[in-house]
Amino acid sequence: MSAAITLEGLGFVYPDGKRVLNAVDLTVGPGETVAIVGQNGSGKSTLVRHLNGLLRPTAGRLLIDGRDTAATPVAALAARVGLLFQDPDRQLFAERIREEVEFGPRNLGMRDEALRRAVDEALAAVGMEALVDANPFLLGQSRRKLVALASILSMRTPIVVLDEPTTGQDAIGVGRLRAIVRGLAAEGRTTIAVSHDLRFVAETFDRVVVLRSGSIVLDGTPAEVFGPQSVAVLAATNLEPPPAARVGIHLGLGSTPTEASLVARLAARAAPRNDDIRSTPPTE
Amino acid sequence: MLHLHCAEFRYPAARAAALHDIDLEIPHGAIVGLVGPNEAGKSTLCLVASGMAPAVVGGGLVGTLEIDGEAMTGRPAYELAERVGLGAGSPATQLTGLAATVFEEVAIGPLNLGLSAAEAIERVDEALVAIGIERLAGQHPRRLSGGEAQLVAIASLLAMRPSHLILDEPTSELDPVGARLVAEALHAVAHNGTALLIAEHRMDLLDGLCDRIVVLAGGTIVRDGPADSILADPFLETLGLERPARHRIADACRIAGAPTDPAELRRALGDWPHR
Repeated sequence: MSAAITLEGLGFVYPDGKRVLNAVDLTVGPGETVAIVGQNGSGKSTLVRHLNGLLRPTAGRLLIDGRDTAATPVAALAARVGLLFQDPDRQLFAERIREEVEFGPRNLGMRDEALRRAVDEALAAVGMEALVDANPFLLGQSRRKLVALASILSMRTPIVVLDEPTTGQDAIGVGRLRAIVRGLAAEGRTTIAVSHDLRFVAETFDRVVVLRSGSIVLDGTPAEVFGPQSVAVLAATNLEPPPAARVGIHLGLGSTPTEASLVARLAARAAPRNDDIRSTPPTE
Repeated sequence: MLHLHCAEFRYPAARAAALHDIDLEIPHGAIVGLVGPNEAGKSTLCLVASGMAPAVVGGGLVGTLEIDGEAMTGRPAYELAERVGLGAGSPATQLTGLAATVFEEVAIGPLNLGLSAAEAIERVDEALVAIGIERLAGQHPRRLSGGEAQLVAIASLLAMRPSHLILDEPTSELDPVGARLVAEALHAVAHNGTALLIAEHRMDLLDGLCDRIVVLAGGTIVRDGPADSILADPFLETLGLERPARHRIADACRIAGAPTDPAELRRALGDWPHR
């Protein structure tokens, strides 16, 4: 089975000469969940805008499902890759939520029962099934963002790309996003997300890619990227690991990317079992 | 001092009030954090407290907005803008689209206040340094990333040295260092007497920054008190909000039978080597 997404030496320079991406190599398998993180201006959004053809590489290649996309029209890419913008207002246009969420799948040729089911499931996933007839522009920013997400999910693209999905969401909204990403993974769909919320990243994604000045400087599991072995590289970006990981590193507990893993390590240290004797300091 | 008294606000053509029974005072030098679940009305409260709703947005306001003792009812937007700075919406929409460089973008506010070019330049330099974006001065505003645009939007507000400043999610697109520089700059402007209201989801940022927290739910204020006690209160979780990491982790550890010393936890959270 071919990779869902392959970037081969991908580079991007704006027409005015500003270089944003430098020879990025990245392979993402089907069903993988990958978070792309990096300091402001590191090229994250530029990178993901290549994935559905909004930007075309000025060097290197982008392959989707193993096929070079250089000659693929945006409309054909859109059937494979759904992209949620950072700002929902760049995406929304309809006066009824149902119409908004139907637009994408209808364009992809879905009709009748299949269309209705796709829309209903997408709205249920974002928790807005009761608001199908509401006007998206009369909702607050956090809900507009969820409507924009539903309109991406309803297309049922095999690849879903999310740019800063947690912006403006409360803890319940962030939890909903976590469940959506895990649900996509369970269906074998591939998720790529750009996020500054590193706690959300550590608790949701299987893999974390760190960009700095348009190049990949770290690529691994949350435990690797937010663990003690990565401190030097991360400290050279403007990033810091999520709170639980910082506490784990400070206390010499190893890598604790999530709060659950930190608490488990602390509990193990507080009540060492007999077979943990080697890690227990000698007593008087 | 900014004072909203018995305020109720309704958007144009909306049946229900978006805000009701709002009494809010923000004295000079105070940093007030505004938190609340999705759709609680935080952004609306920012618009109403700055006078932009109804002055620009339309809709109906019952009750009064007073700034330094003067009622703002019926004042045009430009008069409001001299008294209150508002950073709201996505950073891209906050930028004017008129300037060819970041430096000129940040200068537009001070020049609009009628300041001399020399003074405007001094203020722009100071604002760019405060936010740590001197390197962006010569860039075209349209070539900025989302986070960079947000930093420029905040610098533009700081350069106007508003006596009251209202920010709706000022760090939503910022990396941790950018967020920390913004927090330090806000500390400094409050120290110089600016009254600040900051709507924010990043509880850890508010934890170190605010003296007071206002909790909004269902369009009205449900709590208003010292930051330390409100941010430690588990009732936030019943609203779908999160407490700062130090409280969450301390409680989770206690429940797991591995209590941690709060001072040690604070040190651990602050222990990170920055460039």
